[in-house]
Amino acid sequence: MSQFNEMFQGADVRPPYARLQDWVGQMPQELRSLKQAEAEALFRRIGITFAVYGEGGDPDRLIPFDMFPRVFSGSEWAKLERGIKQRARALNAFLVDVYGRGEIIRAGRIPARLVYQNEAYEKAVAGFVPPKGVYSHIVGVDIVRTGPDDFFVLEDNCRTPSGVSYMLESREIMMRMFPDLFRENRIEPVDTYSDKLRRTLSSVAPAKCKGDPTVVILTPGHFNSASYEHSLLADLMGVELVEGQDLFVDGEYAYMRTTEGPQRVDVIYRRIDDAYLDPLCFRPDSMLGIPGLMDVYRSGGVSICSAPGAGVADDKAVYTYVPDMVRFYLGEEPILQNVPTWQCGKPDDLGHVLDKLPELVVKEVHGSGGYGMLVGPKATKDEIERFRAKLIEDPGNYIAQPTLALSTVPTFVEEGVAPRHVDLRPYCLVGERIELVPGGLTRVALKEGSLVVNSSQGGGVKDTWVLAE
Amino acid sequence: MLSRTADNLYWIARYMERADTVARLLEVGSRISLLPSAQGYRSEWDSLLQATGMAHAFAQKYGDPVQRNIESFLFFDRDNPSSIASCITAARENGRIVRTALTTQVWDALNTAFQELKQLEREERSHLELSRLTDWTMRHAAMLRGAIDATLLRDDGFNFLNIGYYLERGDNTARLMDVKYYVLLPRIDFVGSGLDNYQWTTLLRAMGAQRAFHWAYGGDVTAMKIADFLIRNPQSPRSLATCTAGLMNHLGRLAKAYGRETEAQDKARRLAAGIESATVEAIFDEGLHEFLTRYIAEAATLAISIHDAYLSGEMR
Amino acid sequence: MRLTVDHVTRYSYDHPVRSVVQSHRLAPANHAGQKVIEWEVTVSGGTKGSRHRDGAGDLIQAWTVAGPVTEVVVQVRGTVETEDLAGVLRGHRETVAPDCYLRDTLPTRLDVALIALADSATAADTLSLAHALSAVVSDAIAYRPGVTHAHTTAAEALALGEGVCQDHAHALIACARHRGIAARYVSGYLSANEDGSAHEAAHAWAELYIPGLGWVGFDPANRCCPDARYIRLGSGFDAQDAAPIRGIARGGGHEDMDVTVAILQAAQ
Repeated sequence: MSQFNEMFQGADVRPPYARLQDWVGQMPQELRSLKQAEAEALFRRIGITFAVYGEGGDPDRLIPFDMFPRVFSGSEWAKLERGIKQRARALNAFLVDVYGRGEIIRAGRIPARLVYQNEAYEKAVAGFVPPKGVYSHIVGVDIVRTGPDDFFVLEDNCRTPSGVSYMLESREIMMRMFPDLFRENRIEPVDTYSDKLRRTLSSVAPAKCKGDPTVVILTPGHFNSASYEHSLLADLMGVELVEGQDLFVDGEYAYMRTTEGPQRVDVIYRRIDDAYLDPLCFRPDSMLGIPGLMDVYRSGGVSICSAPGAGVADDKAVYTYVPDMVRFYLGEEPILQNVPTWQCGKPDDLGHVLDKLPELVVKEVHGSGGYGMLVGPKATKDEIERFRAKLIEDPGNYIAQPTLALSTVPTFVEEGVAPRHVDLRPYCLVGERIELVPGGLTRVALKEGSLVVNSSQGGGVKDTWVLAE
Repeated sequence: MLSRTADNLYWIARYMERADTVARLLEVGSRISLLPSAQGYRSEWDSLLQATGMAHAFAQKYGDPVQRNIESFLFFDRDNPSSIASCITAARENGRIVRTALTTQVWDALNTAFQELKQLEREERSHLELSRLTDWTMRHAAMLRGAIDATLLRDDGFNFLNIGYYLERGDNTARLMDVKYYVLLPRIDFVGSGLDNYQWTTLLRAMGAQRAFHWAYGGDVTAMKIADFLIRNPQSPRSLATCTAGLMNHLGRLAKAYGRETEAQDKARRLAAGIESATVEAIFDEGLHEFLTRYIAEAATLAISIHDAYLSGEMR
Repeated sequence: MRLTVDHVTRYSYDHPVRSVVQSHRLAPANHAGQKVIEWEVTVSGGTKGSRHRDGAGDLIQAWTVAGPVTEVVVQVRGTVETEDLAGVLRGHRETVAPDCYLRDTLPTRLDVALIALADSATAADTLSLAHALSAVVSDAIAYRPGVTHAHTTAAEALALGEGVCQDHAHALIACARHRGIAARYVSGYLSANEDGSAHEAAHAWAELYIPGLGWVGFDPANRCCPDARYIRLGSGFDAQDAAPIRGIARGGGHEDMDVTVAILQAAQ
């Protein structure tokens, strides 16, 4: 399988990486070790760590940071940006539709079952259109590359995509450690993200809100693995980081408990799941939620970002239909392609998947974080057979994709510099307008040959550069 | 500010101040145990445990007050919510939750204390001199206090931190005095003579105030002087007068910033007025124990008012 | 038929609670089978909060009660003009797609016995199948109050062979969904017959979606379809989702609930 190396084509250096050639060539081993240690110390000092569920071990584990940046030219990015924005618009149009008249289902373009029987479909918000018609305000689109012009969307994240703190902090650390690199290369800034996020959230304040909206971030608490990210974003935006217990409902509005008495809250950027939002509407045993919040939301007293029910658009089974959504709602051809996907729930597809299992990647429809998946070419015979049994037992729970030849980017490894596989998650903001910060989270599979970039499974992160044209 | 944030700040201060007091107690206790007294260390350790309200819990877990057990109990024991380890951990955890309300220096002070604590816990106990542990604790408490004073914005968060400090400190002073109140009672055998033995030294040392006391009063140590120093003297950093003045000041700033007074300001004023107007004679007339008990109870209702007005988020 | 409702729910707490938040699905919607003449809900010490009509066409009204209180009384009084449409829900405005109600929830989850029960019904068309399913549920679960509780599942009630209207409705919903019929839980009121043969004035039944007809009510507890004696309040996946009152008290201890309902057929 030929793999696209984003820096080298044969012996030639691709233009976006031109200046990095000298940089890495001139860096002695000792300096590199020193810098790597410095980067790690900085990450630890700012407290950006990642807790992995169910793995035990050090709860303050760092995600490895690789100093070798991943670079896009301005024109490469321009295409990506158009494709991502297009996708974010289509996904939101889909959400407005399926919680309204369901035209795309009536038109027979997507099976009703996939939408209406989806666990992420919230009956409680059917018939409700959130402010500006936006359900998913932060769309994280996971993209892989296989060639100079070949980008594929791996999955969409319409609920509360995480990881943006790594985009921001990786850049901060790179700028601090290698200021010369930033003088020599004209790199688009990413630190506008927090301003743009705040503007996006403010723009979807409910109609009842007069004046400057009060925005808060709702976190499940400081034990959550993403709590660093929540507090970073709150700090950068200058908004309160609240837990469920800090909010309450009175009359037609939601309030936070402050030392000066109740203060009305207009927009809640929630980083908790739908099920925990309101025990009166969802899980009655939830202690995280705010009783009565959904009633206030439905009657336009507060905005919730992302809107409850947004998850139905990023389901792995619904994913297959996103290109159709682009055509159906926007009347455009999709700029970004999907990875060809087999729905194991369909008998024909299942047959094909079972035949080709050693070549495919099989994922759980509702899974995340790289858990419960099979990477055929990397799996042992035994693993494949065990997975085959699971597949046959519950085919509807799985999708399969060909193993893509993910692109590689040079990465610092023990022996020097070597190519490692990467993916990309940019964060598209959808409010009154659609915005994309030039950059994103590049995850890198640090193990040689590995295609699993998840931080929970030995993945690291890189700074992602977009060069100014 | 969020009520929960204010609550976290308030508890950072209370826990660190508590850790500081426990360290002072340990220091005093160990010092007395080195002295060749007939009474031995036993009764002194007992009274120190009494002072912190931990005597019962200790007895349940360890039985006899053996010094090594007391050290473990007061420094390392996580089952003891007032142990130095528990207090520093709780202070740091409260700090972590409100990380963005703190400056880097304040967070570093809290976090460094916690990280070093974890190292201390890994060390062989026989290598740990008690004096090293107590010095370490007092140093970190002072570093946090210094970082707060030097770097923190003078906003409402600063006021809540200080309110926590002064409430805890006043309470600790009152309790320490109360445990030794009988020493200070003017008894017939003390008439005309200075107070005997290390009992008073214990008290002053526990307050870190032995030298300050001599500078301020000179001459013989008398019950009146000690009571005056620890209750009424605004120069004494741990006196009830200093603590109540601090409470009034910071509650007053909150009232001004928020444009309204609450029951808390009213109670703080009354508490401070009670200290200011009480002469030493009147205090001994009432009975020192009764006076201190009353202070502790009133300060506790003030704490409840502060909680209700600002920290609970229930205020409408 | 003109029905008057007097429904009082009394929550008492052994310690004063700081506040109570409730979400009510307590207002009947107008449709071809029922027309609201007058209707009033009051909550002791309560403030009316937000109000909206949800996707299923139910009016949802929020209430907050500022504490401390040891008792909250929710009183419903009203008059509704009803008509017998043989269970067919006509003229009810809603946007939720019927397919939504093919999803199971914990109380309506299938087990082997429920599947066998559902498969035992045979019929030529969907409507007859719906009737047949309702009949097998009525036969399999005898009406007996006190043996089941609020969290009893359909499978558990079937195993017991006894239950109340909630259990009948859950069992019918489970069976219908198994046979590919969208089904949902309906809460409402039922006026007793003069001979007292119908039970449970605060009542529940199921609605099954019959293509061509729309939603049709089935009351396996009374072996009939809802008629003019029924007032429909609201619907949901299951009893909890369709509950007329969902509430939560902040602070305080144990909660007791006491309900009295009187449904009278008004003289014309």
